[in-house]
Amino acid sequence: MTTEEITEYLNREYGGNLDPTYAEAGDSWITVSPSVLREVAKTLRDDKNLQFNNLMCLSGIHYQKENELGVAYHLHSTIHDHKLVMKVRVPEDNPVVPSVESLWKTANWHEREAYDLVGITFRGHPGLLRILTPQDWEGHPLRKDYEQQESYRNVSTGI
Amino acid sequence: MGLLDKKYHDSNIIIVSLESALNWARKSSLWYEQFGLACCAIEMMATAASDYDFDRFGIIPRSSPRQADVMIVAGTVTMKMASRIERLYEQMSEPRYVISMGSCSNSGGPYWEHGYHVLKGVDKVIPVDVYVPGCPPRPEALLEGFLKLQERISNETIIEPRETEQESTEEEKEPIEVE
Repeated sequence: MTTEEITEYLNREYGGNLDPTYAEAGDSWITVSPSVLREVAKTLRDDKNLQFNNLMCLSGIHYQKENELGVAYHLHSTIHDHKLVMKVRVPEDNPVVPSVESLWKTANWHEREAYDLVGITFRGHPGLLRILTPQDWEGHPLRKDYEQQESYRNVSTGI
Repeated sequence: MGLLDKKYHDSNIIIVSLESALNWARKSSLWYEQFGLACCAIEMMATAASDYDFDRFGIIPRSSPRQADVMIVAGTVTMKMASRIERLYEQMSEPRYVISMGSCSNSGGPYWEHGYHVLKGVDKVIPVDVYVPGCPPRPEALLEGFLKLQERISNETIIEPRETEQESTEEEKEPIEVE
């Protein structure tokens, strides 16, 4: 199924009002609000006709102009061989997104990465620690307004 | 042709100064610490493999810092890794040597300006004997680095032990750079 068909199917079967965004190049995506994210994700995984059993990638995004952070989920069904991109956006001052770790184990490290580098908090994650930078690192390096610390444990970072 | 030479002429005894015997032994069995940090480590492995064959210089990998003589810092040293490198260096027994391999560990390399997480040269945390430039250096360059290190070791004296980890006020030998 294509993104449009999946959206239509979800709206018809579950009475949602999802609206796909068509990209000029690349994949189209659906945007969901954080409050229903887990519900939608569970449906996508468990519905007989969708069966998205594989979370290919989970990425954190910083939309600096809108003062928002976002997460993109790239899903794939190895059973039906179809793909879907799902996005969620949250305000920068309260970046809390429900975790999908209990649905796809892939999300565990990916969510830690998004937390580490972009600073999104995943509610319900079993161990939301930094994964790449040291635990006592300051800030989230892939934020577009990131300012690097001058030294780390008395060693200059070279700025 | 001294008396001693004649006396020991037919036996298996060689007479050398203690210093050169020690230096010869040291430089001929440089066991290096077996770890790599980035792509330079691939070149290091290639140098150890049969084509270039580190072993013909008596250079073999050792998996414990306590049994290693030389540390090859082969790759990008991140801020997170810096303290581990320091710890590994402290665990090595003296005399200990450090070869900084490649641009990253020499100076930060391509992360010099915008790498928020990269240490700008491993010499900020441990003293370095030989810098091998390149990105990554070819196996020949690493071998050349080892030959330079051997050269340095053969000039060591036991009267004036080398100062490494202390902030030495005595004249410190300038690090050698491979051409």
